[in-house]
Amino acid sequence: MDATVAIVDGGGANIASLRFALARLGREGVLTTDAGVIRAASHVILPGVGAARAAMDKLREAGLDTLIPQLTQPLLGICLGMQLLFEASEEDDTRCLGILPGTARRFEAAPGRPVPHMGWNRLRRRSAAPLLDGIDDGAWCYFVHSYALPVTDSTLASASYGHDFAAVAGRGNVLAAQFHPERSGTAGARLLQNFLERY
Amino acid sequence: MQFRDHRVMGDILDLARRYRDEGADELVFYDITASPQGRRVDRGWINRVAALLDIPFCVAGGIRSVADAEEILHHGADKVSINTPALADPRLITDLARRFGTQCVVVGVDSRAEHGRYRVYRNTGDPRLAGDAGRDTVEWVREAQARGAGEIVLNCMNQDGVRQGYDLAQLRLVRAACSVPLIASGGAGTQEHFAEVFEQAQVDGALAASVFHSAQVGIGSLKIYLQSRGIEVRT
Repeated sequence: MDATVAIVDGGGANIASLRFALARLGREGVLTTDAGVIRAASHVILPGVGAARAAMDKLREAGLDTLIPQLTQPLLGICLGMQLLFEASEEDDTRCLGILPGTARRFEAAPGRPVPHMGWNRLRRRSAAPLLDGIDDGAWCYFVHSYALPVTDSTLASASYGHDFAAVAGRGNVLAAQFHPERSGTAGARLLQNFLERY
Repeated sequence: MQFRDHRVMGDILDLARRYRDEGADELVFYDITASPQGRRVDRGWINRVAALLDIPFCVAGGIRSVADAEEILHHGADKVSINTPALADPRLITDLARRFGTQCVVVGVDSRAEHGRYRVYRNTGDPRLAGDAGRDTVEWVREAQARGAGEIVLNCMNQDGVRQGYDLAQLRLVRAACSVPLIASGGAGTQEHFAEVFEQAQVDGALAASVFHSAQVGIGSLKIYLQSRGIEVRT
């Protein structure tokens, strides 16, 4: 295992900001779909922009739908990448990687509560985990999403948008953030740092 | 942040760093000369800004195609904001939303009151080319949303640069027609102006340039003030 942080390439546009966030922490993120590179990496990040079905198709094409669930090193799903770690998404009725139990559901738009949920929102800590070390209850994070996981046993922190949803989740080496840590100021940087240094 | 070509890179990075440290929630980079001159923004700087910022940022100016937007997003911007090109061809909004999702697509609207109606203006970066775009502001805001705009920035030109406060009447009118995030722009001069626009026009965000550049209003103290007025802000 080397010190590489593998960023699984899902074809999304906005990977630059994640690589820069890792660089600010002194680490290089390598964008890849190569199974060998991913297997050898010290940490693996599954980012995600776009739609669940397209992202799963892309993982399947690269044979990563079977590889990712077998990884034993720390794995962090971000935004759509978080949702892909769970069983399914209502988005295009997509079966996902199934590493964690639960199904991502679409937010219902309401007056004053447009979908996507876009902007800064507060975390409510649900259980202690090294991933949340140094991140205060009530910390502000930046979200951009239309689907979210319900609060379950794997939820480490929730946020609320009409109802409570899972904002940070984790079990063993599998970790997930619904918000964008690379765009969430000091709280987001701390989460990434915890992921890289505490797992 | 508004800049033209002669503004050197160091200035842009210094400002970006300063606003990040002061606690800005989002930065918007406008190249206001891009559309009227029919040219594109030089994208090299976006990477350097993206490397610096840990908050979302948006790039505006001269985005005429999906390819233009893709290049900007690949360089690390979180959103693109389109204005004059969307007026010339509103299908651009739809194309961008389909390709990148509505969350990436901001439509900027320059609007001014004329004979009791609010009218959309185009090419506002160049006084020689600026003019009425032939559209009613509220109708355009409705159309932009229907076409996939994920956010509207309403720049009220009568107020812009005069620091007499946001155009609350116009913003209230547009708010009633806008179900996506609405950002107020134009007119901020004091902390009270920011409080007013949140309280009286229910906007989702308040954008300002000159009062921040000149440090007439500091972002940190503004946030403390807004909190004291019971307005929830990120701290």
